[in-house]
Amino acid sequence: MRVAKTGNEAMAEAMRQINPDVVAAYPITPATEIVMIFSQFVADGLVDTEYVAVESEHSAMSACIGASAAGARVMTSTSSQGLALMYEMLYIAAGLRLPIVIGEVNRALSAPINIHGDHSDTMGARDAGWIQIFSENSQEAYDSMIQAILIAERSKLPVMVTTDGFIISHCLEVIDTISDGDVKKFVGEYNPERYLLDIKRPFTLGAIDLQDYYFEHKMQEAEAMKDSKKIILDVASEFNKKFGREYGFYEKYKLDDAEVAIVCLGSAAGTTKVVVDELRAKGIKAGLLKPRVFRPFPYQEIAKELSKVKAISILDRSDTYSAYAGPVFTEITSALYSSNMQIPVNNYIYGLGGRDIGKEEIKNVFEELVTIAKTKKVEKLIGYIGVRE
Amino acid sequence: MKDIIEIRWHGRGGQGAKTAALLFAEAALATGKYVQGFPEYGPERMGAPVQAFNRLSDKPITLHCGIINPDFVVVLDPTLIKSVDVIAGLSDTGAIIVNTEKNAAEMKKELNFSGKVYVINASKIAKECFGKEIPNTPMLGALVKVTNFLDINGVLEDTKKKLEKKFSHKPEIIDGNIKSIKRAFDEISG
Repeated sequence: MRVAKTGNEAMAEAMRQINPDVVAAYPITPATEIVMIFSQFVADGLVDTEYVAVESEHSAMSACIGASAAGARVMTSTSSQGLALMYEMLYIAAGLRLPIVIGEVNRALSAPINIHGDHSDTMGARDAGWIQIFSENSQEAYDSMIQAILIAERSKLPVMVTTDGFIISHCLEVIDTISDGDVKKFVGEYNPERYLLDIKRPFTLGAIDLQDYYFEHKMQEAEAMKDSKKIILDVASEFNKKFGREYGFYEKYKLDDAEVAIVCLGSAAGTTKVVVDELRAKGIKAGLLKPRVFRPFPYQEIAKELSKVKAISILDRSDTYSAYAGPVFTEITSALYSSNMQIPVNNYIYGLGGRDIGKEEIKNVFEELVTIAKTKKVEKLIGYIGVRE
Repeated sequence: MKDIIEIRWHGRGGQGAKTAALLFAEAALATGKYVQGFPEYGPERMGAPVQAFNRLSDKPITLHCGIINPDFVVVLDPTLIKSVDVIAGLSDTGAIIVNTEKNAAEMKKELNFSGKVYVINASKIAKECFGKEIPNTPMLGALVKVTNFLDINGVLEDTKKKLEKKFSHKPEIIDGNIKSIKRAFDEISG
């Protein structure tokens, strides 16, 4: 059904249709509406969920971990400082292999305090053992939330699905929703292999694990992340068969014959598509690669897709403060290197704290790429877009 | 016509600029168009200047940047003109709609704008139709007329449905609001 939904409404709607057993959450701008709307669903009796109103995000994730370990299907939502406050528990959720799903709204981290969209929060959790799925728009957020619960449960790994704060979370746009019955059928019943409330088959969870076994368990976690790649593609393919919308590790936009390409995540990719079209109309072979799944990082697949491009600009909506580059840049260039590819690349940090990125800025990046493709020389490796110096 | 029509709303916190942009978006969807509606989030307070935005198209919209060069500007509160540059980024081929008691020629002079200027006394219409000087719903009607992109009957039907959900206990508000949209659609001049 075609409806108008903001990113937050779309995520809350997906949660209603998934009807999780437990949601434990603490509201935070710009994700507040997700749990606000969802708690109304609970109050109105539209879901069977046990809603746990906690006193902090640390407690929210702790309650999610407890409920998930007990055998429940569990979801929550957060953003920015909230995700940061969950930090300790994020690793525990992943290490205990609990399939929790977060609707995460990307927002800048303090200080200075700022409530707007950038990827600093999510990138800070990129090595926490969570599967990370970025959404360009409300439609992708909705579809990915529905897929995420299955991905999480099959891979026994937690998943965060993200939207860009305000830009998507608060933008009303047209999306296609799936009927309640079809979502219910698609996500099915959650039947955990083992769970703490299964008193007939007791087991220990969260025990101390020192030099003798910790490493094996962490390697299994790393293996699970590798194995999740097939699961992500399988779930996407099942979703596409049933609902006719295609998803993968990334989206290519006019990339196959592109000479210059931008790589960027989230909402900026949508604006980039428009610029690609405008440049194509002028005869410039521009293209876009939009990573959707950032964890696991599909390094071989991405490198292969970029192999024919003559120059690439990688855009990062967060910084690493490493005196080097943004996180997407370091991942993509390392993927190119390990695939024996030498393609001229540069990196732009953009949009921190919600700073707008428009068509003009993206066009400038492409125009610079056209020069780089000709000269094969990168004059400046790392730059900033739209910032006063 | 352009692929995408961009609209900027100016109001004061509490006047319903955001609500109007969202209602307009939903009405556009109901008439089969693609649409975006989003507010500008800043340190908004009751009475402080706020902005909200719409994009409209026959095709899916992937742009997710701010609107700098709108095709249409809607001003809910004429006192804003003194403190906010409401015609910023608006080209001469664009149009501005102002809720005011003044006529179009007077407003054109006040704005010092060479493009099209439309006026409508939306506050008066609102007061007469539903007893409150909340100009956002009549301004919807004015905007539908000026943009000439949506079917007014579709907009009226959809808005009625939306209001019926929200104000099921106050039916007089629903009829008044719908009447105000239709009146503004008919009475706008420029």
